[in-house]
Amino acid sequence: MTGDWRYRLARNRGTLLAFGIFLAMFTIYVLNHPAGFTANVVQTATNKGVLLAFVAMAQALVVITAGIDLSVGMIFILTNCLASWIVVGTPLQTALGVAGVLAAGLACGALNGAIVIYGRLQPIVATIATGAIYFGIALWLRPYPGGSVNEGLADALTGKLFGIVPASLAVLAGAVLIVWAPFSRSVLGRAAYAAGSAEPAGYMSGIPIRPAKFMAYALGGLLASIGGLFLTFFTYTGEAAFASGNAYTLFSIAAVVLGGVSLYGGTGSGVGAIFGALAFRTIGDLLFVFDLDPLWQPLFQGVVLLVAVSLGAFGLLRVRSRLEWFR
Amino acid sequence: MSETANLVGTRWLRRVDPAVATAFACIILLLAFGSLYSTNFLSPEYLLQQLKVASFLGVIATGMMLVILLGQIDLSVPWAVAVGGMMACAAAAYGTVGVYLAIPFGVACGAAIGLVNGIGVAYLRIPSMIITLATNAVAQGLMVVYTGGFSPRDSATAAMRFLATGSLLPGIPNAVVIWALIGFAAVFLLTRTTFGRSVYAIGNRERAAYLSGIDTRRIVMVAFILSGALSAFGGVLLAGYASKAAQAMGDAYLLPAIAAVVLGGTSILGGRGSYLGTIAGVILITVLQSILSVMQMPEAGRQVIYGILIVAMLLLYGRTPALR
Repeated sequence: MTGDWRYRLARNRGTLLAFGIFLAMFTIYVLNHPAGFTANVVQTATNKGVLLAFVAMAQALVVITAGIDLSVGMIFILTNCLASWIVVGTPLQTALGVAGVLAAGLACGALNGAIVIYGRLQPIVATIATGAIYFGIALWLRPYPGGSVNEGLADALTGKLFGIVPASLAVLAGAVLIVWAPFSRSVLGRAAYAAGSAEPAGYMSGIPIRPAKFMAYALGGLLASIGGLFLTFFTYTGEAAFASGNAYTLFSIAAVVLGGVSLYGGTGSGVGAIFGALAFRTIGDLLFVFDLDPLWQPLFQGVVLLVAVSLGAFGLLRVRSRLEWFR
Repeated sequence: MSETANLVGTRWLRRVDPAVATAFACIILLLAFGSLYSTNFLSPEYLLQQLKVASFLGVIATGMMLVILLGQIDLSVPWAVAVGGMMACAAAAYGTVGVYLAIPFGVACGAAIGLVNGIGVAYLRIPSMIITLATNAVAQGLMVVYTGGFSPRDSATAAMRFLATGSLLPGIPNAVVIWALIGFAAVFLLTRTTFGRSVYAIGNRERAAYLSGIDTRRIVMVAFILSGALSAFGGVLLAGYASKAAQAMGDAYLLPAIAAVVLGGTSILGGRGSYLGTIAGVILITVLQSILSVMQMPEAGRQVIYGILIVAMLLLYGRTPALR
């Protein structure tokens, strides 16, 4: 029992580190923000951050199984376009619309999972291809930006609860409790970690590797669609923006890496990815509080991404045999 | 007598990669289908025009193929293409010396992107799709800062325009000649040099290649540099074709380049594939694009068809072995 806390600490090191980075960045951000630490500043920062947080959590689920989902940004864009059509009207229609959007996200994720696991294709190329399909459908739904959304619901979910807590943060916490926590504690969730760390060994021990990977891709689609829904709530419109979809895919990978999820699979958590996403967004916004030219933002984010992925190279120093370079 | 001929025939048939044969069959099918729309599809002028359009993709896909043969992938193509075009045009603004150095400078910038990718993949052992996505983002950031967010104003040099649109040999566009030269170089490199054999060896099993004394890290790095340089050269040609560079000029080339290589039968896991297949893949993609645009298929439909086609071809040829 005495060694238990040490094990837990070691297992959650990545998540804790991500939380630390986020806390440090957010403190610098708030201290230099002209308005200081007020509910409004927190709300704006949260609303920017949760979109990426949902997409990053989606990516984390897949990356834990040693896969990757390069279509996650396009699912995000597709569900945004879909929501701008169907999340309108009476409360009942709106509720059905929300359910429809979530179902669409789940279906996209399930298609990825089916192709990668049962079709036995490389996740990189397979999800680039499905990403093209999802973007095509998004473009078909919204050739031009437009549409609308139930504004009452949108304002409620992007506002503040009791005048303090950002509602979007509450939904994010809800997603962690309803999607991530049950999954990671279930047999399938354990199997997803096993798939990431030693797939053949897991398979030999009779662990349900394939259902677990399938579930990870499907739930990833679901989480990306919650992000798409929130994008619609923020913008009130749907837009099939290719560049934006690509950027979210890219940033989700950066957020996952910052959040302590190993790209080789098997370690990290969805919660870590959330802190990674919030930290990444805060780093991007630091430029604004320091009054730098916004033109530098893409370069700055790119460099942060490059440095974040290069940090993984420190693992090479621990390698005992050069043969371990080649996986 | 006829028996020997038969034997030679079957032996020849056995050597033909089914994926390459399928790709060529698809091209013929597409052209036949297109000729139902308009008889122009079978005219020499149309075919030559398609070959010219295909040569830009062909140059870019050559680099992509090298990297895919290693079992890696290069997702920095979009901005390597744009950097090549934009930097070549930018150099042209610096007087006579600039005009002469425009093309080498553009290609060198692409090679620099490839160098960063190569160091990351070969020496830091970062997964290639991650490091190339990151360098793509950095390249984009650099170009946004350089142009100030506006579309670049510099225009292409006369030499760039001549390479992309002129024709030195009567009737044959220069772009096609360039693709042919690069293609010959690639075939020579892949089949007649130790570098090429090492690329296949690393793609099959890097561990075994390392143990047999190949400097695998140097080979991987050089392949990424070549990929970056070829992407940038594709960008230089495209800038010459349009007589100026544009911010998003490379976005439309990543997916087709991967698709062309994969449709041509090169295994996405590395180690297997021929340049003939890549040629077939490039022409197939170009003819498909042309027919979809003649049919006035909107961009949405094109994306969906691309995606489905790649998944379908991968399911036919690119499956990994089952867990046992």
